[in-house]
Amino acid sequence: MNRLTDLPKARLFWPIVTLVALLLLNAAVAPGFFAIRVQNGHLFGSLIDILRNGAPTLLVALGMTLVIATRGIDLSVGAVVAISGALACTIIADSPDPGSVGTVLAAVSVALLFSLVLGAWNGLLVAVFGIQPIIATLILMTAGRGIAMLITEGQIITITSAPFKVIGAGHWFGLPASIVIAGGMFALAALLTRKTALGLLIESVGINPVASRLAGVRSRGIIWVVYVFSALCAGIAGLMIASNVTAADANSAGLYIEMDAILAVVIGGTSLAGGRYSLTGTLIGAFIIQTLTTTVYTVGIAPSITLVFKALVVIAVCLLQSPVLQEKLRQRRSTTKAGALA
Amino acid sequence: MTTIVSTSARRGRDLLGSRFAPVLVTLVLLVVVFIVGSTRYRGFASGQVIANLFVDNAFLIVLAVGMTFVILTGGIDLSVGSVVALSTMIAATLARDGWPPLAVILVVLVTTSTLGLLVGIVIHYFQIQPFIATLAAMFLARGLCYVISLNSISITDPWFTAMAQTRIPILPGFTISPSVIVAAIVVVVAFVVLHYTRLGRTVYAIGGGENSAMLMGLRVPRTKVLVYVISGFCSGVAGVLFTFYTLSGYSLTAVGMELDAIAAVVIGGTLLTGGYGFVLGSVLGVLLLGVIQTIISFEGNLSSWWTKIVVGSLLLVFIVLQRLLTARRR
Repeated sequence: MNRLTDLPKARLFWPIVTLVALLLLNAAVAPGFFAIRVQNGHLFGSLIDILRNGAPTLLVALGMTLVIATRGIDLSVGAVVAISGALACTIIADSPDPGSVGTVLAAVSVALLFSLVLGAWNGLLVAVFGIQPIIATLILMTAGRGIAMLITEGQIITITSAPFKVIGAGHWFGLPASIVIAGGMFALAALLTRKTALGLLIESVGINPVASRLAGVRSRGIIWVVYVFSALCAGIAGLMIASNVTAADANSAGLYIEMDAILAVVIGGTSLAGGRYSLTGTLIGAFIIQTLTTTVYTVGIAPSITLVFKALVVIAVCLLQSPVLQEKLRQRRSTTKAGALA
Repeated sequence: MTTIVSTSARRGRDLLGSRFAPVLVTLVLLVVVFIVGSTRYRGFASGQVIANLFVDNAFLIVLAVGMTFVILTGGIDLSVGSVVALSTMIAATLARDGWPPLAVILVVLVTTSTLGLLVGIVIHYFQIQPFIATLAAMFLARGLCYVISLNSISITDPWFTAMAQTRIPILPGFTISPSVIVAAIVVVVAFVVLHYTRLGRTVYAIGGGENSAMLMGLRVPRTKVLVYVISGFCSGVAGVLFTFYTLSGYSLTAVGMELDAIAAVVIGGTLLTGGYGFVLGSVLGVLLLGVIQTIISFEGNLSSWWTKIVVGSLLLVFIVLQRLLTARRR
C-alpha cells in the first residue's frame, strides 16, 4: 500500500498520467487507435505516426535536455533546423545528379558539419565569453533565419532525390527511418551520459558551475559539448523535416520547434534551473506534445481552437508540477494520514 | 544596487565607466548609422525620414517599454507578439460589429492587462519560470486569435481610419501620426514611474536581487505581478497602435515581434539579468532597428533577410560590450 501512495511523488508520475490519459482519450474516440498493421513489410498505425511525426521534436528536445541540465537554454535550434535543411536542399538542387547517394551523403555531411560549427559558436559565447545562454543563443535565433534565407536566396527549394527522402519518409527495418534515427541518437545520448561519468559532470555543472570547476570538472569543455550536441540534434531534425516535405523553407521550417522542445523538457520534469535531468522524461514530454497534436485531429477539435487546447494542457501540466502545488498536495496527504492514525 | 554605489563612488571618471555607457554607445551608433545612411543615399537625411522612424515604430516603442519593465526585474515576456495579434483581432472584430472605438480600446486593454495579471500570478505564486509561463501565454493568445477568426478582418470604422491617416505637422516637413503621441506619452509615463516612484525603485531592486529586496521590506510579490500587468497593458496599447498602422486584424500578424522587442531592449543597454537599464535606452534600441530597416529599404537591392542578420550581429556587439563593461566594473 505504501508503494501505491508514494506513486504520485515519483518524478515521472504526472507526465506519464498525462500521456496515458491522452492516448486513452484517443482510443475512446477512435477505436482502432492502438492497432498497428504491417503493410509491405513496414509498420503502420496511429501510434507509429505519433512516433514518426514526433521524431524531430524529440531530437531537438534531447539536445535541449542536456543544455538545460547545465543551467543553459538553446533558443537557436529552430534556426539551425532551417539552416541545415536549407544547406542540404541547396546542395542537392545545385548538383548535377540529385538522385545519387554520393550527392546526398555530401549534402548531409556538409549540413551536419555546419550545424556543429553553429553549436560551437553558441558554446564559444556561453562557455568562453560567459554570456547568458538565453541571450547568446538569441543572437543565432535572430540571425540564423536570415542566414537560412541567404542560403536559399529567399526561395523555397524543392528537390527530387530518392535517397534524401529516405531520412524523413523512408523505412528501415520495418520502421520509419526517422524513428530509427531519433531512437539511435536517444540511445547514444543515454549511453554516453548514463553509462559514463559525463551525465554526472553535466549535472554538477548545472547545479553549481563554480563549485564543480573548483572540484576539477572542466565545465567549459562540458558546456561546449552540450551546445554542439544540441546543434547536431537540431541539424539532424532539420534534415528530417526538409526530407519529409522534400523542400527547404527557410521561413517556416522548425518555426517554434525550440518552444516545443523546451516544453517537452519541462513537462518531462527537468528543471530550467539546471542540474538533475531526465532523458526518459524528455522522451515522454516530446510524445505528450506530439500526441496532443494527434489528439486534436482524432477527437475532431476544430483547427481554430487547437492552439488554445495545447496551451491549456501545457499550463495544466506545468501547474501540476509546480513546486508550490506539489508542496500543497504533500501537506494535504500528510494531514489526512495523521487524521487516519488518530 | 551595487551599480549605483559604485558609480557614485567613482563619479567624474570617464564616461565609458558610467552606468549610462551602454545607452551612450547605442546613441552614438544610432547617429553614426544615420550619418552613413545620409551620405550614401539622397533624401535620407530629411525630416520626414526621421519622423517616419517614429511613425513606423510607434507600436514597437510601446512594446519595448513594457518589455523593459519585465526585463528589469530579471524576467522575460515572450507573449507580447501574440498579445499584439490578439489585440488587433479583438479590435477588428468589435469595430466590425459597430462598437464605439473607445469601448473597443477599453476591451482590448482590459483583456491584455488581465492576461498579464494571470501570467504574473502564475509566475510569482506558482513559481513557474517566466520563460515557460509567458511561453504558454504566447500559445494561448495566439490560439485565442484563431478562435476569433482564421481570416484577416479589415477595419472600415471611420474613427480608426482617421487615426491611421491623420498626420500632425510638428515642423515643416516633419509630420507625425497620433500613434507617435501615444507612444511618447507611454515613454514619459514609464520614465517617471521607473525613476521617481516607489514602484520603479522596487522594480530595479528586484532585478538587483530578489531576496535582498524582500529583506528590505519592499513589496516584491505585488511588484513582480505588476510588471507583467504593465507588459500586458503595453502590449494592448501596442496592439491598438498596430491596428491604426495596418487597419486590420489578422491572427498570423506580429509573429516574432517579441524578439524585436527583446532585441531593442538589449541593444538599448538593459541587462537581461535585470536590475540595470533605462527606458530611453530601449527607445534608442527601437530607433536603431528602425534606421537599419530604412537603410535596407533605401539600398533597394538588399533583401529583407539582411535585416535579421544585421540585427543578430548588433545583438552580438552589444552583448559583448555589456560583458566587457560589467567585467570592468567588477
